[in-house]
Amino acid sequence: MHIPDGFVSGPINAATFAVSAAAVSVAVVKAKKNMDEKQVPLLGVTAAFIFAAQMLNFPVAGGTSGHFLGALMAGVLLGPLNACIVMALVLIIQALVFADGGVTALGSNVFIMGVVGGIFSTYLFYGLKFILPKSKKGFLAAVAAAAWSSVFIASAVCAGLLALSGTSPIQVVLPSMLGVHALIGIGEALITTTVVSMVLAVRSDLVGSWTAQEAA
Amino acid sequence: MTMNTKNLLIAGLGLSLLLAVFVSPYASSSPDGLERVAEDKGFLEKAEAPGVTAWEHSPIPDYAFPGVKNEKVATALAGLFGAGGIFALSYGLFGLIRKKA
Repeated sequence: MHIPDGFVSGPINAATFAVSAAAVSVAVVKAKKNMDEKQVPLLGVTAAFIFAAQMLNFPVAGGTSGHFLGALMAGVLLGPLNACIVMALVLIIQALVFADGGVTALGSNVFIMGVVGGIFSTYLFYGLKFILPKSKKGFLAAVAAAAWSSVFIASAVCAGLLALSGTSPIQVVLPSMLGVHALIGIGEALITTTVVSMVLAVRSDLVGSWTAQEAA
Repeated sequence: MTMNTKNLLIAGLGLSLLLAVFVSPYASSSPDGLERVAEDKGFLEKAEAPGVTAWEHSPIPDYAFPGVKNEKVATALAGLFGAGGIFALSYGLFGLIRKKA
């Protein structure tokens, strides 16, 4: 869902840039205060995995593909703010080095995938985790549902930015974005749940949002 | 089964590199969700108009390593440099950010 240059208007890109820059700054300040040295390599591996997995487009219906986003996975493992920093880093490199996502649209892309996909979706995950049974199954169900929602909601926000920019009317762009991303979200849920359960199996202490209560 | 942190991180990085190098050349090349919608709803040309691309000096545009004729090899090299580079960069960056002991 990387927005290229030309889709989102200047004022909208400026507004999303302001919000994204503020979110990343807060995240960096918090990390400076709280982040343990031991977390550093884990963040690096998570970023590398997200970059690699985002290259793996899988086919969805009708000559369309989708790829893993990874924002919610990062949120479950590292917390919402670190997830936002990781997503911003991956998006900046993709835009500058790989011409994937426009440089002028960077603020919008970080807003959609880092702020909405990372921060908002991780809080949604915390909410789901609270409602669902306190068990490993409940935890993974919350992961799956939040992963699907992260893509679905991010696509709605993307459609909103396109509509506000006058690129496509909301009644046209919203249903089509939601339709295709409802399918892509299934892939997101499968990959995220697989990765999180693998890390839980070998090192549950590295899953930031996992607590002993759920292991009982 | 538990795994020490070092082994887990090596396994994670190894998996990422394997995916980026050996699997990415076989990824679907169909347009992604947003591109498909842009094409179907007639606004894809907004991104293709001359002069609209703000930054035209991406060293590895569209995940194809420049100067490599074989497309699969070009994608694999892009994956290698991308995943390896992102790991090194975030390691360095978070190393600077982390709380000092």
